[in-house]
Amino acid sequence: MKAGFFATRWGIVAVGLFIGVAAALLQYLGNPPNMGVCVACMERDIAGALGLHRAAVVQYLRPEIMGFVIGSLIAALLFKEYRARSGSAPIVRFCLGMFAMIGALVFLGCPWRALLRLAGGDWNALVGIAGLTVGIGVGVLFLKGGYNLGRTYKAKPFAGLIMPLIMVALFAMLMAKPLFGRAKQVVDGVETIIITGPVFFSAEGPGSMAAPVAVSLLVAIAIGFLAQRSRFCTMGAVRDVILTRDFHLVSGIVALVVAALAANLVLKQFHPGWEGQPIAHANHLWNFMGMALSGLAFSLAGGCPGRQLILSGEGDGDAAVFVLGMIVGAGFAHNFTIASSPAGPALFGPAAVVIGIVFCLIVGFAMREKFA
Amino acid sequence: MKQIDARGLSCPQPVIMARKGMAELSGGKLEVLVDSVTSRDNVMRAARLEGCETEVSAKDDEFSVIISKK
Repeated sequence: MKAGFFATRWGIVAVGLFIGVAAALLQYLGNPPNMGVCVACMERDIAGALGLHRAAVVQYLRPEIMGFVIGSLIAALLFKEYRARSGSAPIVRFCLGMFAMIGALVFLGCPWRALLRLAGGDWNALVGIAGLTVGIGVGVLFLKGGYNLGRTYKAKPFAGLIMPLIMVALFAMLMAKPLFGRAKQVVDGVETIIITGPVFFSAEGPGSMAAPVAVSLLVAIAIGFLAQRSRFCTMGAVRDVILTRDFHLVSGIVALVVAALAANLVLKQFHPGWEGQPIAHANHLWNFMGMALSGLAFSLAGGCPGRQLILSGEGDGDAAVFVLGMIVGAGFAHNFTIASSPAGPALFGPAAVVIGIVFCLIVGFAMREKFA
Repeated sequence: MKQIDARGLSCPQPVIMARKGMAELSGGKLEVLVDSVTSRDNVMRAARLEGCETEVSAKDDEFSVIISKK
């Protein structure tokens, strides 16, 4: 297989097929339903494990996230594409990451999970994907109007290693399971200090469901490697079709859905319907709006959550800041009663989505320049 | 030869700039400077979609994509 294979149509299709099958298998091996890989959900679990939010059912240091970054780093180093760079409006990207996460947690999934939900028979995903497409479409209008976050600049090589190093540290914590928390406990009037998390690991709920660590990590490293080679991006797929009628990336996401659907049928994980879908709700308005916010934020930031992780592995410090924004956003989403549950949108979810859309529109209008 | 400097810009900016440049190209050639393999490949693909020919040269971490209409 020559290096250029992944730049071809068959290359991106092969990567989509691989991710689709891998995701279905991870579900079969223990990951939550329709969540074989979900960058938003898994970063949210990491935020919970670190105590940035205290939703007890979604706390786990997901090795998939670490694997994506490390796999991308390996590919970038092997193919001499590692380039440390940053400096393109990092604070704006941080906030876009935060609101992207908020939108994703109102819908309950990133675009990867939207595709996996569809492949699992959760038709609510169609509403989410429609919202995502509209959000990206609005982003494309800004791009055509001269929107951009400015140039990045070359950085010292070490700067690009920060995100991979953070992932290594998270993996060490996953292995060692240290308890950093101290809390007061009063029993029969006697006050004692107990040792507790973080790091937290869910005892029940989605956070407690996981494929074996080694399998998750290795599969994710493979996905990270392949995604780096092929530039796999769900947001870019939709954007390129709208912007330039370029169907290159979109063939990858179609392949992902087809492969995951086939694998789900074989593994008996396909359960079609609207109601009672796993880790999903059937509120069409906020499924649509949540993903519309995410789609807009992704397109303004130049990549879906998966792509941002891959970029952060190949040295892109701005993508790394977007990732950190997503993790912090997950903390807010659960602490502020914004993240949805299977019961439906949370009390402040809709308001947060509206604020996020207003923020993104302001960014879109404010950060325009005319090219020479 | 008209030159577009898309270095430091991430996609789709280089593609948007290259497409604009190609639209204004009546004859002759257009040079697009980029500094990532992703941008290089994307600009080349965009040029092919427009029925143009491309020629690439690399210098350090940067690429020059020369686009000409067939």
